[in-house]
Amino acid sequence: MAMYNDKVMEYFLHPRNVGEIEDADGTGKYGSPVCGDMMSISIKVDDDRITDAKFKTFGCGSAIASSSVATEMMIGKTIDEALAITNKTIVDELGGLPAVKIHCSVLADHAIKSAIYDYAQKAGKHYAGLEGFDPNSDDDGHDDDGHGE
Amino acid sequence: MKQVYLDYSATTPVKKEVLQEMLPFFSEGFGNPSSLYSPGQASKEAIATARMRLASLIGASEREVFFTSSGTEADNWAILGACDAQSKKGKHVITTKIEHHAVLHSCEFLEKHGYRVTYLEVGPDGVVGLKALEDAITDETVLVSIMLINNEIGTMQPVKELCAAAHERGILFHTDAVQALGNVPIDVKDLGIDLMSVSAHKIYGPKGVGALYMKKGTRISNYMHGGAQEGKKRAGTENLAGIVGFGKAAALAEGNLGEHIKRVTELREYLIDQVLSEIPDVFLNGNRKLRHPGNANFTFKYIEGEAALLLLDTKGIFVSTGSACSSESLEPSHVLSALNIPAEFIHGSLRLTIGDFTTKEDIDYVVGELAAIVVRLREISSVSNEKGW
Ligand code: FES
Repeated sequence: MAMYNDKVMEYFLHPRNVGEIEDADGTGKYGSPVCGDMMSISIKVDDDRITDAKFKTFGCGSAIASSSVATEMMIGKTIDEALAITNKTIVDELGGLPAVKIHCSVLADHAIKSAIYDYAQKAGKHYAGLEGFDPNSDDDGHDDDGHGE
Repeated sequence: MKQVYLDYSATTPVKKEVLQEMLPFFSEGFGNPSSLYSPGQASKEAIATARMRLASLIGASEREVFFTSSGTEADNWAILGACDAQSKKGKHVITTKIEHHAVLHSCEFLEKHGYRVTYLEVGPDGVVGLKALEDAITDETVLVSIMLINNEIGTMQPVKELCAAAHERGILFHTDAVQALGNVPIDVKDLGIDLMSVSAHKIYGPKGVGALYMKKGTRISNYMHGGAQEGKKRAGTENLAGIVGFGKAAALAEGNLGEHIKRVTELREYLIDQVLSEIPDVFLNGNRKLRHPGNANFTFKYIEGEAALLLLDTKGIFVSTGSACSSESLEPSHVLSALNIPAEFIHGSLRLTIGDFTTKEDIDYVVGELAAIVVRLREISSVSNEKGW
């Protein structure tokens, strides 16, 4: 099967952190304007550090792999560090995605920020990394790097 | 690992008997059918036999069958050729929203060249209404192109009635019968159509060969220009071995048609019953009765088809999906969209198509694996019955 590399397949076949955190400190849900897929991420935050993250995805293999690896990348990071995650770093972590599948990683990027946004709202906090972020916007506003790798 | 191929509408394996007949025409019987010496004449005869066999399968005369490189070429030729030949009469074409891209993109090409094209809607079961066609016909209309059986949902169109309506107004009728050939009885005389496209690789023949049926007396312009092959209508040295294979596949299909239809329909009904009873939140797309014997197209709610397809692949099961995620354009299947199925349900569509080598054990294996995969993907999914979308 040549469509995805081994690492993407590994995260797709054995996704880590599937689920919803019951008493989450922040949850974000995002639907892709590109293909209609849906993703939600919930986080647990302790002293500005993400202690747990879980995801659920209604989408393709690459969306499942992107969201799973994204939750892994978030756990243990401070909020500011987590906000530095972009779809590009997700793609890099996965060792690349087919060009037509880059937008699935944008979905994960957006879901992360939506979850943190929700946390910031509830906790009354401000983060530079959320400047100008609108969880309801259809425009991903991130470096989609022209669908190339 | 067990392997189950359930994508016979995409393509079929070449049957052993077909391959056997083709093999001598590569290295030994390689003469150019246009050459006058004996090896050339032997090739010519082999093509004549193939033409006769295909003609017999569709109830045509040999002189009405023209070999092409594919079903796609036959569609392009029929549509562009029919329009070009009648450019003085008018520039309007009628087709449907659920045609194969070979037809749709040929029509789009015409639109770029000053033609007007009407794309008829279909009902929720995928069938074109006679009245809709009649209402769309104008004095400018020169061609109606409506497929016999749809490739995604397997729906059969009432081509005989539709064709009669076109003929009443003196309009040529073309049908894409690529999915229908060898899967339903076809009698071109009974259907009344003027032009019909078919392809070898959907009936256990080789890829790279198709044919256009052209009713005697039908005038359309040539599409491939060059030598005098195919009665001066389709230039290019014949795909000799491919045509021989097409002929053999047609002969096998004709000899086995009743049995094939009965067997494949039974397996399909078994598959549909099993899937609908074993898996919750699933529905069948398209009309259950009026369909291709081997076609089952389901929507599994709350999951995405490409993910399901790839998981099935890891179990040795090969199917297709209409999900937006699986296409380069990221657009959902135009056929399922035309049935007004919401995009999120097209997302979870899987097409399973059965053929001559499918067994009941295969179906049992597939249903078991499929049920597990659907559960697994629903656990991951962010949408569900309770939570909504
Ligand atoms: S989520 Fe739709 S293509 Fe990946």
